[in-house]
Amino acid sequence: MKIVSALWRCLYLLVGLCLMNSAVQVWSADAQLGNHQSLNHQTPNAQYARSLAATCFTCHGTEGRSVNGVPPSLAGLNKDYLLKQMQDFREGKRPATIMHQHAKGYTNEQLDLIAAYFAAVSPGRAIAAPLAR
Amino acid sequence: MLMNRRQFVQWTAASAGVAALNGCATTAGGAAGRVVVVGGGYGGATAAKYIKLWAPNIDVTIVEPNPYFISCPISNLVLGGHVQLKDISLSYEQLQQRGVRIVRDTALAVDAATRTVRLASGAVLSFDRAVVSPGIEFMYDQIPALQDVVNRSRILHAWKAGPETTALRQQLEALPNGGVYVIHIPMAPYRCPPGPYERICQIASYFKEAKPKSKIIVLDANADVVSKKGLFLAAWNGLYKGMIDYRPNSELVDVDVKTMTVKLAFDDVKGDILNIVPPQRAAGIAATSGLITANNRWCGVDWTSCESLAVKGVHVLGDSTLAANAMPKSASMANQQAKVCAAGVIALMQGEAVNTDTMMMNTCYSFVSGDMAMHVASVHRYDAAQKTLLPVAGSGGVSVEASAAEAIYAWGWARNIWADALT
Repeated sequence: MKIVSALWRCLYLLVGLCLMNSAVQVWSADAQLGNHQSLNHQTPNAQYARSLAATCFTCHGTEGRSVNGVPPSLAGLNKDYLLKQMQDFREGKRPATIMHQHAKGYTNEQLDLIAAYFAAVSPGRAIAAPLAR
Repeated sequence: MLMNRRQFVQWTAASAGVAALNGCATTAGGAAGRVVVVGGGYGGATAAKYIKLWAPNIDVTIVEPNPYFISCPISNLVLGGHVQLKDISLSYEQLQQRGVRIVRDTALAVDAATRTVRLASGAVLSFDRAVVSPGIEFMYDQIPALQDVVNRSRILHAWKAGPETTALRQQLEALPNGGVYVIHIPMAPYRCPPGPYERICQIASYFKEAKPKSKIIVLDANADVVSKKGLFLAAWNGLYKGMIDYRPNSELVDVDVKTMTVKLAFDDVKGDILNIVPPQRAAGIAATSGLITANNRWCGVDWTSCESLAVKGVHVLGDSTLAANAMPKSASMANQQAKVCAAGVIALMQGEAVNTDTMMMNTCYSFVSGDMAMHVASVHRYDAAQKTLLPVAGSGGVSVEASAAEAIYAWGWARNIWADALT
């Protein structure tokens, strides 16, 4: 198995080196995006899910990867866990300053797509925007 | 990156396709298309980033005269003395590393017929689609004395974060203990509905500590506090009791700079510092590009893609747009609009269907002191019958009270929205 995986690694590297710079950008974007949505042509449903999840990025970070983890990162969290939290916010079972007000703005179907989206993103922390020199 | 064989094969095929497209791009000037974004603020920077993120083969250029980004949110804390302007001045470097080109210039007009943007330097940029996010300009024609630029150097607005923020802070520092600060708030709509009331809290926090005999007179053109009323009144009647004189329905006629007097329809009010926030409209390029559709002030857009209602192929977002019902002119809203715009631009350029079930949310924090904040939140959904965004019934609201916990969230919001626009 070790030899096979090493071969695959070589193949990745070769293809990566051969492709033009745009493809390398795709590669790096792909790595950042958790390998599920970097390519342009998406199904309408995947684009819809992305547009819904993107409404969360403002506060929770691009792709749900939060700078310093406040408010918490959503990337890579379990889908059922995320859905349960949103349901609990809505019903007032989990105390919140703001999330109950947001949770009530989305339908169950929308929350399901959002939770699935974040569950499929690889976890990580965003890089803060640098101060101007 | 972990990948199984099937994904690898798909990835290789797709990447090769992208590479082929880009191969053409180098010779034909953008086979996947070219987008010019006017303005590198919360709207423009975020739109540029997301077009690049979601469609890396589209060529994206921002035209922005300022060498770096300065955040309007948090800038009232500079007036309160809790942060410095450099703490909210952020680099475009990471956006450039992402592949977004930034041209440091001023865009004068967008011509949809020739698909070009004319710049102050004389340069002309061509585009397949343009995104215009120019922010606001002040309607000085409504305040005669402020048509004089010399007067404007004494009577500040500080409503665009930057040199005026620092200058107003210097005026506050130079004010003797017992001096009077007067702010005039224009009739809504204006940029950042809770902003003036947060500013009053920030200046009160500074006076309380450094100039306890000083007073604040608030001349509000509106009939009442426009945003988070109960929460602001709680701060004014609690933390800052006796320091703030709030006067609603204060319609501004003019200012007298020699005597430092605000002339209202029925009264004259003197102060040591006059901070006049003039009425606002979409910045000049909106007018020169034919994008203004409402009251000679704002740009109407299709909220499923932010495409202008007046000019096809040109998208408008941020504070210059004609707001939908209950939609504030805020950084949060510009950020949300930018992603809707990015997705719309990509879909239209690639001949795909535009998503019509548009969702946007708003989150605005206000600091009542250096370390206490509160929020207003809302969620909006596109209504196909009414062709506009409407607040979702039952959603949204404001804080129960200002708190230290929400100040931590407010900083978290700031750091994430900055990174969301600029990294």
